[in-house]
Amino acid sequence: MTAHAPTADAHAHAEHHDLGFVRTYLFSTDHKMIGRQFLFMSLFMMIIGGGLALMIRWQLAWPETQIPLTRWIPEPMMYDGFMPPEFYNAAVTMHATIMVFFVVMPLLVGCFGNFLIPLMIGAGDMAFPLLNMLSFWVSVPAGIMMVGSFWVEGGAAAAGWTGYAPLSTVPEYTGVGMGQNLWALSLIVLGASSLMGAVNYITTIINMRAPGMTWFRMPLVVWSLFITAILLLLALPVLTAGLGLMLFDRMAGTSFFLPAGGGEPLLWQHIFWFFGHPEVYIMILPAMGIASEIMPVFARKPIFGYHAMVFSIISIAFLSWIVWGHHMFQSGMNFTLGTSFMITTMVIAVPSAIKTFNWLGTLWGGNIHFKVPMLWALGFISTFVVGGLSGIYMANTPIDIFIHDTYFIVAHIHYVLFGGSIFAMFGAVTFWFPKMFGRMMNPTMGQIHFWGTFIFYNIGFFPMHIIGVGGHMRRIYNPTQYEFLEPMQWWNVFITRGVLIMGAFQLVFAINLFYSLYFGKKADRNPWQSNTLEWECPSPPGHGNFETPVTVHRGPYEYSSPEVEEDFLPQTRDLSGATGGSH
Amino acid sequence: MLERLGLMPTQASTVSGDVDALYLSLVGLSLVFSLGIAAALAYFAIAYRRRSEAHEAEQIHGSLALELVWSIIPFTIAMGIFIWGASLFVTLKRPPDNALEIFAVGKQWMWKLQHLEGRREINALHIPVGRPVKVTLTSEDVIHSFFVPAFRVKQDAVPGRYSTVWFEATKTGSFHLFCAEYCGTEHSGMIGTVTVMEPDDYQDWLSAEMAGGMAGTAQGDDPLSVAAAGGELFRGLGCHTCHRQTAGALGPSLTELFGSQVSLRGGRTVLADEAYLRESIVDPRAKLVDGYQPVMPTFQGQVSEEGLMQLVAYIKSLAAEQDS
Repeated sequence: MTAHAPTADAHAHAEHHDLGFVRTYLFSTDHKMIGRQFLFMSLFMMIIGGGLALMIRWQLAWPETQIPLTRWIPEPMMYDGFMPPEFYNAAVTMHATIMVFFVVMPLLVGCFGNFLIPLMIGAGDMAFPLLNMLSFWVSVPAGIMMVGSFWVEGGAAAAGWTGYAPLSTVPEYTGVGMGQNLWALSLIVLGASSLMGAVNYITTIINMRAPGMTWFRMPLVVWSLFITAILLLLALPVLTAGLGLMLFDRMAGTSFFLPAGGGEPLLWQHIFWFFGHPEVYIMILPAMGIASEIMPVFARKPIFGYHAMVFSIISIAFLSWIVWGHHMFQSGMNFTLGTSFMITTMVIAVPSAIKTFNWLGTLWGGNIHFKVPMLWALGFISTFVVGGLSGIYMANTPIDIFIHDTYFIVAHIHYVLFGGSIFAMFGAVTFWFPKMFGRMMNPTMGQIHFWGTFIFYNIGFFPMHIIGVGGHMRRIYNPTQYEFLEPMQWWNVFITRGVLIMGAFQLVFAINLFYSLYFGKKADRNPWQSNTLEWECPSPPGHGNFETPVTVHRGPYEYSSPEVEEDFLPQTRDLSGATGGSH
Repeated sequence: MLERLGLMPTQASTVSGDVDALYLSLVGLSLVFSLGIAAALAYFAIAYRRRSEAHEAEQIHGSLALELVWSIIPFTIAMGIFIWGASLFVTLKRPPDNALEIFAVGKQWMWKLQHLEGRREINALHIPVGRPVKVTLTSEDVIHSFFVPAFRVKQDAVPGRYSTVWFEATKTGSFHLFCAEYCGTEHSGMIGTVTVMEPDDYQDWLSAEMAGGMAGTAQGDDPLSVAAAGGELFRGLGCHTCHRQTAGALGPSLTELFGSQVSLRGGRTVLADEAYLRESIVDPRAKLVDGYQPVMPTFQGQVSEEGLMQLVAYIKSLAAEQDS
């Protein structure tokens, strides 16, 4: 089953379209530029989300002391660098919301989904370029609404990123008015952006694969983005519906979630987690795909168990729809339902385990080059194993009941979303930077950034498991109010120091990024000697991507193949009748 | 052991040991897997590092046997953990019949607790050691969560619903009672204490008049039992005018109601438990009893959550009287 669509207009690169600044850099319909736009928007949002995280950590380690560098934040948010509980609660809410919806999703799906899909399947652009542009530009007002909500009366949303009703639906309960409305509206608008992206990705992958690019010759990152797009398409409308009901409750006097008017608070939790659990996999599947892409290149070896990898992506996606109840074990769930969710959640560990073992299998017998992207991929696997194993504790109801709402959960989500998604994102940026910008990133700074982040990340986040099991709850403004947490307060200081140092190492990444953009070594077409199609294009690829239409002859991971002299065999190389390299 | 290492809170209930045992075996399992994977990762990284340009990686595309091994082993382990966890979950979910009953209402930002005999407390709970205690929870405003780390129990208090949690303390002393579910600005300060006493001391405490300085006992000097308070409320609201035992009464008789199966209009039956009683007071038309007209007005907003708990306790006491 070969796809039929033409890969690129053969003349596209020849005709030099001078579109001018606005059409090239702002309102571009080119998937590569849109990918870059998502990259820079998310990195900018990461500064805000990360800044909030550091403030939260400071408050937890040294409660109600003046937080350095924050005296500029006006009242009534901060008081001369002192953080009141209202702002702490808003910061906790907004840190999570921004990181999930404006950093991890746009980075993995918006940036790399856009940049990689057409290039890796041999297409000239997305199926709907205009829709693609719209998808980015719709996310911008969503971001402005979200960040701007800090400055409205009553401050930003403070009901937690999970927005549990009725805390989130009755303004009096948090004291937040317009901020919470903007939070809901922003996520509705952002949902529209993601839907446009999802439709585009699905259509592009189904219809625009180059001749010879069969389903089982697709790179795993494309598979994971394809499945992710399907999850987005099905999950986001559920969140949008829930947010709509929340806005009705807040602004139109309905009571969908208010028991006094016949509503049901738990309805919100069901809606939110029915969206929320697939959402977790929306954020981790692309990361898994990225790791699967980087590892064979630097192990110079075929991926271990390609088909098993594909089927585990599909089964994770399927199972993700029937595990949401494990977020609600202590909300008052009956025994039968509780055990059903328990068993499905246990089962979803299996495909994740399969993927982990297959990555190990990929290293086995390899010829491993420890370049910076490979370090991130290996770092991803190490932290993902921890995050995956700690998930089993949550699947197990009696344990979950004890650790729910404690720092154990905070540790788990950060091992999955930071150690998982963000590490993979760093791997992806360092790996595809030459293709995106035509220059290499500085490897020394890359090594410093990796080791600093990896070590201090673990110092910062691993102890959260320990204090969580010790009974330290999440979302508490001041742990020193709790007598029994006193022996643990030194952990909070320890964690905060680790996180602050890790935060400082991100400056190395920022410097490397901007330095390399302008002064990095020029990259050739295929600096990593990789097989996949994007490396056939110039770095960076011009309009229309491929200079000549490509035909695919084999799978993406034929490294160290005995058929050729070199240790890589690009997907496009035609070995029938030809002798030696054909380029 | 964990307790001494300062890693887990004191074990002070009958289930703490079981929960910790399951937890510890998960820790053991995690260590085996994570250290195993870390060791493999480190070994491969060293053994298969790049040595020379000429070296080529081996051609390994996969192995069905290995795929099966590492699918079936995790699956079997997962099912084993499931069975263990589920059996413990049964224990956690089913309060013993002889449990002492406590009513608790969460509100921003305190726990209000009521003993059956009528004594009330705020952010403090006194219970006897060695006796199962069942707490019926609800909330006046947002969702709160009843969390006693030493007992290894946690249960959300959801507005508009009753949920229950039970525990049996195994040692005397004071333990922390928290709200675990983020509930607004002062969530962090919603802190209470559970005091576990010898049964005799508990009886003394229950009957003590206005213990000095005890927050939240500022009710009447001679507190009514919860059921008796419910009875007063029942008559005060005029419930008895319709819910009579006489023929032709507008509402069904409540004397033998609690714990029975009620036939509803439309042929369904429902168990008359606490949640059903509460719902029928605040939303009488939700479940109409067969043979009666939808004439009862709602008492939503007219009775506080504590009042509702008292009414429920009163109706329960009617059925208990019939039994004895």
